[in-house]
Amino acid sequence: MIPADPDALAQAALGGDRRALARILTAVENRTPAAEAALRILYPKAGRAHLVGITGPPGSGKSTLVSAIIANAREAGRAVGVVAVAPSSPITGGALLGDRVRMQSYAGDSSVFIRSMAARGHAGGLAPTSTAAAAVLDACGFDLVLLETVGTGQSEVEVAAAADTTVVLEAPEMGDEVQAIKAGLLEVADIVVVNKGDRPGAQRTASQLRAMLVGSGRVGRREGSNDRPRPKEPEVLVTTATTGDGVPELMAALARHRQGRPSGADDPTRRARAAAQVWAILGDRVRAELEGGSRVATTEAVIREVAEHRLDPFGAADRLLATLRTGGQ
Amino acid sequence: MPDRPLKVLIAKPGLDGHDRGAKVLARGLRDEGFEVVYTGLRQTPEMVVTAALQEDVDVVGLSILSGAHMTLVPKVCRLLREQGIDDVLVVVGGIIPDDDVAALKEAGVAATFGPGTTIGEVAEFLRSNAKPRG
Ligand SMILES: Nc1nc2c(ncn2[C@@H]2O[C@H](COP(=O)(O)OP(=O)(O)O)[C@@H](O)[C@H]2O)c(=O)[nH]1
Ligand SMILES: [Mg+2]
Repeated sequence: MIPADPDALAQAALGGDRRALARILTAVENRTPAAEAALRILYPKAGRAHLVGITGPPGSGKSTLVSAIIANAREAGRAVGVVAVAPSSPITGGALLGDRVRMQSYAGDSSVFIRSMAARGHAGGLAPTSTAAAAVLDACGFDLVLLETVGTGQSEVEVAAAADTTVVLEAPEMGDEVQAIKAGLLEVADIVVVNKGDRPGAQRTASQLRAMLVGSGRVGRREGSNDRPRPKEPEVLVTTATTGDGVPELMAALARHRQGRPSGADDPTRRARAAAQVWAILGDRVRAELEGGSRVATTEAVIREVAEHRLDPFGAADRLLATLRTGGQ
Repeated sequence: MPDRPLKVLIAKPGLDGHDRGAKVLARGLRDEGFEVVYTGLRQTPEMVVTAALQEDVDVVGLSILSGAHMTLVPKVCRLLREQGIDDVLVVVGGIIPDDDVAALKEAGVAATFGPGTTIGEVAEFLRSNAKPRG
């Protein structure tokens, strides 16, 4: 049996109980009050792991590369946690989580923990859940935490927000030109990996990407929760995830990227992540205050006035904020 | 309760090399609104139980065509119990002779589904019998 009480669950997870850890991750996914209680205990123990986001188009070899990275990290004696996120159907809510197929199972090795998660179309996106899941694994002693997400649209920005280092995977291009759609993905890359190095065109794709990325490094980009300053242009590497070729070089690049960053709160990525978490929770809290208890009637009435165009939404927000300040009604 | 989906592990223990049936079931359950973890071919009982534990699933579905169900299934059930995983529903799909069904139920299996079973029937059984985690 695992404890139902979130404090006991968190203590058990910290003590190495993998089932308790798994149950906390479930609470995190479900965004239950138990998740908050457990995270209050776990968060102060986190902050030591290297959080690495792995994103790229479907089929580029992300899960296979994750497996190869696990193998390398285990040889070096590091404990590895993985969160692999796959899309949910917006219609049925169902999801097919197939990333484990490409990952060696490491059954019996308690220093590897692999968890699949459905993206679930949460309000506020994927970042809060993946950030919290990474913190849980970090607190439970995993030195390296890998976050795999499919890079289509918004999700790559979300992993970048949750990770210290973002790796963007590409497969070799068969055509003449690296596709323009890659631009959005490359924006968030700290390291670019052309995987399937055994395929023709891999080196050529890598050279084209290097040419595209020249001068892309910049300092002091716009402030914002998902926006990360990138001091240097990303390195471009070639791997063959199926054989492990190039993976030691990738491990070295990951270590270099991490060492190149300021520590703790001086790291703008960490600061941005901390800010995003606090703002998200604060937003939820404010809303809960206004939608609950004695204030709900006032809130409803104010929203009604906006619907009737008797009040503008800015004035409404001001008035609701004022009810929070006076602490009542 | 399910405003959140049930999470199901579809595992294919044993050595036979066909996973078409398991994949059809995995996709079918996804379309029925389940979150389905699929682990691929040739899973040992240890691998199945590790996946069930890490994924914190509500249901473990074992697809077995090799005829080895009488060794593999009780072993999975025993390892689940050893890990303290007592709140998960175990179901088996495949060609299971009637004589074996009772023994599997004795070992901890909630239901067996033969070749004629529709995905809708499996989904309905899981919805009525699985206890959501958390
Ligand atoms: N030839 C070759 N195939 C690879 C390589 N890496 C992955 N694959 C294959 O590409 C397919 C998709 O891999 P997967 O890791 O599932 O990709 P993901 O969707 O990005 O996670 C699988 O069939 C892998 O075996 C590689 O380096 N070379
Ligand atoms: Mg994958």
